[in-house]
Amino acid sequence: MKTLTSRRIACLSGAALVGSLALSACGSDNNASGSAAPGASSSGSSAKADCAKGTLNGEGSTAQQNAIEEVISAFQDACEGATVNYNPTGSGAGIKQFTAGQVDFAGSDSALKTEMKDGVVEQAAADKTCGSPAWNLPMVTGPIAVAYKLNGVDKLILTPDVIAKVFLGQIITWNDPAIAKINPGVTLPGTAIKVFFRSDESGTTENFTKYLHGAAPKVWTADPAKKWTGKGEGKEKTAGVAGAVKSTEGGITYSEWSAAKDNGLSMAQVDNGAGPVELTGEAAGKAVAAAKQVGEGNNIKLSLDYTTKQAGAYPIVLVTYEIVCSKGKDPAKVALTQAFLKQFSSPEQQKALETIGYAPLPTDVAAKVSTAINALS
Amino acid sequence: MTTIETTLDAAPRGATPAGFQGRSSGRAIRNQIARIVMWAAFFVAMLPLVWILGSVLVKGGQLLLQSQWWTYSQRGITARHVGGGAVHAIQGTLIEALATAVIAVPIGILTAIYLVEYGRGPLARAVSFMVDILTGVPSIVAALFIYAVWVTTFGFQRVGFAVCLALVLLMIPVVVRSTEEMLKLVPNELREASYALGVPKWKTVVKIVLPTAFSGIVTGILLGLARIMGETAPLLILGPYTKNIATDLFGGLMPTLPTMINIDRQQALQPAVDRVWAASLTLILLILVLNLAGRIVARTGKVRG
Amino acid sequence: MSSVTGASAVDHTPNPHGESPLGGDRASTGRLGDRVFGGAATGAGLLVIAIVTLIAVFLLSQAIPSLARDNASFLTSTEWTVAGGNPRFGIANLLWTTVASSIIAMLIAVPLGVGVALFITQYAPRWLSRTAASLVDLLAAVPSIVYGLWGAFVFGPHITGVQSAISSVLGWIPFFSNDTGKVDSSGTIFFIGIVLSIMILPIVTALSREVFAQTPATHKEAALALGATRWEMIRTAVLPFGRPGVISASMLGLGRALGETVAVAIILSTLANGTAWSFSVFNGGETFASKIANNAGEFDSPQKTGAFIAAGLVLFVLTFIVNAIARIVIERRKAFTE
Repeated sequence: MKTLTSRRIACLSGAALVGSLALSACGSDNNASGSAAPGASSSGSSAKADCAKGTLNGEGSTAQQNAIEEVISAFQDACEGATVNYNPTGSGAGIKQFTAGQVDFAGSDSALKTEMKDGVVEQAAADKTCGSPAWNLPMVTGPIAVAYKLNGVDKLILTPDVIAKVFLGQIITWNDPAIAKINPGVTLPGTAIKVFFRSDESGTTENFTKYLHGAAPKVWTADPAKKWTGKGEGKEKTAGVAGAVKSTEGGITYSEWSAAKDNGLSMAQVDNGAGPVELTGEAAGKAVAAAKQVGEGNNIKLSLDYTTKQAGAYPIVLVTYEIVCSKGKDPAKVALTQAFLKQFSSPEQQKALETIGYAPLPTDVAAKVSTAINALS
Repeated sequence: MTTIETTLDAAPRGATPAGFQGRSSGRAIRNQIARIVMWAAFFVAMLPLVWILGSVLVKGGQLLLQSQWWTYSQRGITARHVGGGAVHAIQGTLIEALATAVIAVPIGILTAIYLVEYGRGPLARAVSFMVDILTGVPSIVAALFIYAVWVTTFGFQRVGFAVCLALVLLMIPVVVRSTEEMLKLVPNELREASYALGVPKWKTVVKIVLPTAFSGIVTGILLGLARIMGETAPLLILGPYTKNIATDLFGGLMPTLPTMINIDRQQALQPAVDRVWAASLTLILLILVLNLAGRIVARTGKVRG
Repeated sequence: MSSVTGASAVDHTPNPHGESPLGGDRASTGRLGDRVFGGAATGAGLLVIAIVTLIAVFLLSQAIPSLARDNASFLTSTEWTVAGGNPRFGIANLLWTTVASSIIAMLIAVPLGVGVALFITQYAPRWLSRTAASLVDLLAAVPSIVYGLWGAFVFGPHITGVQSAISSVLGWIPFFSNDTGKVDSSGTIFFIGIVLSIMILPIVTALSREVFAQTPATHKEAALALGATRWEMIRTAVLPFGRPGVISASMLGLGRALGETVAVAIILSTLANGTAWSFSVFNGGETFASKIANNAGEFDSPQKTGAFIAAGLVLFVLTFIVNAIARIVIERRKAFTE
């Protein structure tokens, strides 16, 4: 009978649905660290990491996404039973979820603020959620590239003033006299400049605008902020802006080095007053090494000097912090956090991050971070 | 549906019966143009379909043919590593779909039974009106509502179950409307015969009406499932991604295919890009299989008068 | 079809005794089983009412405090500062982008959908029509995130040439002017309108197809008997009969286009704060849904959450009005058919 057949089919489809679920339960998490794409770094050696079990959830900056994923991969390889999840939603979102108690740590391109902004003092709110001071631990340093796409122009030198004017929409073509003046001998086409900015709340935006406000205060008068205040076209996340420049002739944006490298974009050399400096790990490291600590004790907040005229130092850098509670409520989680952060800040791991576009932490900063990690309880 | 073939379209020129005027060439030309336009409309509509499915197949098909795609998760794999699979996302999608169905289907079927068998007067009209409203709720608003209740008000963690709740809101109206239609199609004579034999009303509904409409109800459920599997908005707000297999709806993050696609699309390296298209193809395949099952069930089990 | 338009059993005209044709009230025997089952069914109905009321109450209660604190006019302001002591936010930009992209989608999808529906029901040979119907329905099986990816990475690069061409020829019309200089970007309202039209095409086609298939054969045969060509028969018999159905289908497609979130978030570029207003469809922007999705990380304070919920409510009201029009149109037609 027809109805019986249809019922049989209906029951079969229901069974198939449940069955496919059961079959997929044969799936395994046990990925042998697969063959890496050529040119990638090997996961940092980690055999001696002390291990703990459990799950850690983090959220925040997209600038450190590549870095933290490598660290997670190495950490999970070394420690069976440890799982770390990182959700790259942007520095602003990360801090908010941390303050709301939804994640165990936040990744942010700027330390928690101590002034009232938008009706809330970030540091105070985080302290309240933790029940103890929230510490900012710098883990990842990276240069911010001024990435562009212009056929035939491989070498481009820009000064802070010119960069600020471009991103404010005051310089609109590539062959503008202001750009030509600092690039003698380079033929610049008359293409229009297309500015792309981060449409989400981004620590990269904040650091970039900190640089512009610091190095070209007369041109870039707006306060640094996670939300873009200049001109241009908004794309979401690092991948959005980098991808947009990749597919737009004449496009320019600011993004961390690793994204610019991955997308094959050209990067401008920045002349902060001491001659044009090309973006290399070493040049960025010089700028970070000169940073001053402004937090107290184990709350390590770094203040970068954006007007640095040190020779060979690439001035546009950002530092990404992992924001954690100094006293955790769950001893197992605290142990896991400590183990993970130790892995993260270990010299071998930091060195391994260099190949993917980050600069290792300077030794004295790394030492302070170590002390802080050991003081977590 | 009848297409009436007439000989008028193919009337040979000059063979007009006495007393009739021939069809003006203007009308004939317009007729031909209309024919061409309609065929062209069909091809224009097919163009994006072929393009999308073609792109997804070409870019993502490779990874799907590897067995590890179906058996391994993304644990420990970064954007620059080739390897791993999508089993965690596939599992997550299926688990959430199942949990959503378990909640939405009983509510939906009972509501439809109420509307068709029991409902009378203002209350029934109100229920029907409310189902109408639910049909029109955009997925992002449903997700916002669940976020406002689950996270902001109650302070719970964002877990897979919260996503299921949002999906339930989106699935209920689909189940209600399609079940209602199926129940209406059941001929009244069946019900009356059952009452005449002294069968109580609830038994009539459960043992006579529902089984008769069964295949149509299942079709509605399958189509509803196919719809919610592709919903991404609630996942963006309520369901952060994780690379590991997670089967606990209440205990933390649950990965799904849409969030896997969303995370990997932010990378520019080839391994991640490949995974984006492969996950897209997997999701389309899952939805297609459900759609197909729904169609087969509907085709083979028509309600007999 | 009525499962989509929302017509319900309770709206049937009653039989001469004033009862619903499916009434079986007197069949209820009052036994325990009947009471329990009837109670469960009624309970489910009440649950649905409760859920919807809860949604409305909750969203309103979160939105109203933020609206009260809004220092700018909610309906006409183009600013969007939701945090801090001086919140100024308004939906003018969002409304324009949402409506413009949805109307573009409709302008493309409705004629195309009607054409495909006519093809399937009137022109296609029998063996092709069922396959064609299934193929068009396949478009609905593609999830919206895949549409977003395909639009941004595969289709998008090809649209810039078309946009430049349109802008150079029709640039004197404000809608197609190039004053924003974004014609060679694929993140424009124009392009997302095209992608949305592809997404709503299956809805429009499926409903139109059903309506055209229900055209009474007598009408069609009468037209043909009077010497009409196939096209004239369609024009005089099928289309007028199907017009309410087509309108209803367009409204439902419009409703879907209004609420589309992920594809818009991926494809459409956002505007910098303080960008000058432009009527050009070659501009970027945000729709209600994409703005909420793009700012999913900003729901930390009640004030900010409330502002976004207010935007969501406007979207909800828009969608509801559109769906209600669809339902009214189809119901009125039903009241007048034989």
